[in-house]
Amino acid sequence: MSEVHAHTVSFVRREMLPEQAPPLTEVGAIKWLRENLFSSWLNAILTILSIFFVYWSLAHVLPWMLGGIWNAESLRDCREIRDARYGEGASVACWAVLTDRWNQLLFGFYPSDAYWRPIGALLVFLAGIAPILFSSLPRKSLWFTAVAPFLMYFLLWGGTIWGPVAVAAGFALGWAVFVAVSRAAGSLAGSIGAIVVPILYWLFLAGPLARTLGEVAPIGLTFVPSDDFGGFMLSFIIGIAAIVLSLPLGIALALGRQSDLLIINKSCVSFIEVIRGVPLIVWLFTASLLLNYFLPPGTNFDLMLRVIIMVTFFSSAYIAEVIRGGLAALPKGQYEAADALGLDYWKAMRLIILPQALKISIPGIVNTFIGLFKDTTLVVFIGLLDPIGLSNAIRATTDWNGIYWELFIFIGVLFFICCFAMGQYSLYLARKLRTDHH
Amino acid sequence: MADVTQPPSESFRLSQLIYDTRYRSLTIQAVAMALIVLMLSWLVSNTVQNLEALGKDFDFGFLGNRAGYDINQRLIEYDSGSTHARAALVGILNTLLVAFLGCILATVLGVIAGVLRLSTNWVVAKLMSVYVEGFRNVPLLLWIIVIFAIMSESMPRPSDFRAAPDGTPEASMLLDDSVAITNRGVYIPRIVFSNSLGGNPPAVVEEEATGTAATGMTGYGGSRIATGGAGVSTGQDEPAAAAPTVAAPDAVEASGAPLPTSSGYDWLLILGVFAASAFGVRTVRSWASAKQEATGLRPRTWWMQIALLVVPVGIVFWVLGAQLAKPELTGFNFSGGIHLRNSLIALWLALSLYTGAFIAEIVRGGILAVSSGQTEAAFALGLRPNRTMSLVILPQALRVIIPPLISQYLNLTKNSSLAIAVGYMDVRSTLGGITINQTGRELEGMLLLGAFYLITSLVISALMNVYNNSVKLRER
Repeated sequence: MSEVHAHTVSFVRREMLPEQAPPLTEVGAIKWLRENLFSSWLNAILTILSIFFVYWSLAHVLPWMLGGIWNAESLRDCREIRDARYGEGASVACWAVLTDRWNQLLFGFYPSDAYWRPIGALLVFLAGIAPILFSSLPRKSLWFTAVAPFLMYFLLWGGTIWGPVAVAAGFALGWAVFVAVSRAAGSLAGSIGAIVVPILYWLFLAGPLARTLGEVAPIGLTFVPSDDFGGFMLSFIIGIAAIVLSLPLGIALALGRQSDLLIINKSCVSFIEVIRGVPLIVWLFTASLLLNYFLPPGTNFDLMLRVIIMVTFFSSAYIAEVIRGGLAALPKGQYEAADALGLDYWKAMRLIILPQALKISIPGIVNTFIGLFKDTTLVVFIGLLDPIGLSNAIRATTDWNGIYWELFIFIGVLFFICCFAMGQYSLYLARKLRTDHH
Repeated sequence: MADVTQPPSESFRLSQLIYDTRYRSLTIQAVAMALIVLMLSWLVSNTVQNLEALGKDFDFGFLGNRAGYDINQRLIEYDSGSTHARAALVGILNTLLVAFLGCILATVLGVIAGVLRLSTNWVVAKLMSVYVEGFRNVPLLLWIIVIFAIMSESMPRPSDFRAAPDGTPEASMLLDDSVAITNRGVYIPRIVFSNSLGGNPPAVVEEEATGTAATGMTGYGGSRIATGGAGVSTGQDEPAAAAPTVAAPDAVEASGAPLPTSSGYDWLLILGVFAASAFGVRTVRSWASAKQEATGLRPRTWWMQIALLVVPVGIVFWVLGAQLAKPELTGFNFSGGIHLRNSLIALWLALSLYTGAFIAEIVRGGILAVSSGQTEAAFALGLRPNRTMSLVILPQALRVIIPPLISQYLNLTKNSSLAIAVGYMDVRSTLGGITINQTGRELEGMLLLGAFYLITSLVISALMNVYNNSVKLRER
């Protein structure tokens, strides 16, 4: 057979055929379309429906947004301009409300000649937080981070500069006492001293000290009361303060909940469960209605401060639960290894357990922070003027009565930017800290 | 033995309290206890002093007093002559209603969005990402207000439904003239029975109403109520039965004795029949499993199951003479049917869409957490794709999904207190709002309010933990 074959075949190809182009349906855009949009009947139907939906929404929203009117004094003005430009009854946005009232939405009733102060405080905050967020920055700049809270307070509220300085000196004093006493009498005495001495200092010395210094060298800015704060500035202040304060409190609560000491364990559990079981809005009403009952008669302090305290408690309970999950997820061997190295409780936590547990909990912690920042809008119900409260106030004026979507879109977009940025940062951090090999 | 050095005889020194680990924990706890007790007694004594200074006492007696305010949205009989306790109960039921409806819709939305976000279809996946990120990153309060504004600003007025002079109305009702979406709310048809068991129950059974969301849904309180909980929704011949509904306070009651109506008894009967059917379905399933164990072949039972669920309920509907009372335009507003107020719709939709975005992420994470080797192994065993999903993937994914899902349900329940933004009369608005304002009992009112939310949270998480334990991985 092979014999016959060899004789009958007159031509055998000696060189390879050139590579042919793949079929049209298997390359480029068509392949992508086939695989990603029309891989099956169901997918094709879904694709067409989604594209129709996107087209329909954009066809309604885009002309409204892009044709918007940016310069008008009031909604009536806006409508007149619209009628002149597009004809009677056309539907376009009236962005003029933003150009007219942007300062209120951002700063509330903060004095307009002092807008540089909240902006400066924001810059100070960004400069202070940067070395914490990005480890590639020089470690020396952490000193600025330590100073930043006091500087921000001074910029925002104003008054004499010696108040924040006197308070900050308390922390320095505590540190000095800790170093001095623990060298002389052991770390336990040092810790107790570092807690007691600054408290005594703040209670009895800080006030007179600040007053004297203020008389000697009156440096300061105009005092702005909290009632004038509003808009996104208010959301930022409450959000940032609560975020900064709730993380350490949340870690402490989580450690307390993991603790073997019965009383500490039970009190932490009940604190966490009670706080988490009740909505934030009820806590905010508690802060505004009831806090005066629980404090010594005659005490009355700033509503904003009360809100910050409540929001801090609230989010620290959630953070405690997130961190507890991280602590529970650590293999038992890590705890045993720390014990085997002879580390005491605090050293084991600080050097071995917490760095790993916190790393696991980063996404949850950041989600809690995002939730906290969004929840700052609830303060509108107890009379603080957050962006939503201000949008109501703007709508209540005769100029802008009846304007809805433009304000909502502005507020929504600003919140979206902040929360989305936080979410992206947590993804970045999770990628950076990942030590396993993928 | 004599060589062994005896440990030095114990003599307790005070420094051991700090430096000896055996006693140190006791010391720490004693100090902590003392601090906590001091703190609490300080708070209590402050409260007592403040109450004395204000001339108030601490007394829950105000709950029995006449409330004197109206509630426009209610599931049980209530008027301004009722007590504050009853007003609180109305609010509690409203909270549970919106939480229950919200949990159902949020789960449906979340599962759909979570699965579609994993789809290979690029457009659909991106669209779902936009939904999830959009709702997760914008405050819930803003969404509630936006949806409320859409409902009340962009929807047609009832008068637009009337035929204009040229013959065509500006707006028209949906679904065969049975659903009207207006700027005053949504009107949907109500199921009424021509052979109703009648006898609108004179009083509401209290303990039934205070229970869980499920009992709160079953519908009491006479003809004003027509609820179709999840339990009744399989009435296939009555499409509207699936739509959960609430009382229509201003729905004009049909006057005249023989006109069709509906009462709590009717719905109780239907619910009972449905429960019996569900039990029958379970029996059929266990019979099929037993047969499969014995013979290796599983009998086909799906038609039996469907028939068992549909037929008895259908018969009951037929015997009772069920019919739809459609909303009709009379005068300036719609009457008949059920009026879902804008406040309820806005709160319900916003809560569901917002929580649905979070649930979508949970579902997506749960499905991704099941390694693809599991699917391949199931295919290698010869399981068909749908059985792979139900027997291999879902049980493992559910284990990851359920714990965070529980906390989302809890969040939704607690977030329903944002009802204040749209004026929905939930428990915070009645007990924690108007009642406190009228009686000046902030301390007692807030305590009760907090206790209600705390108990609800603990009950929901306890129930869900029971379920979680049933799907948990059992290790040796």
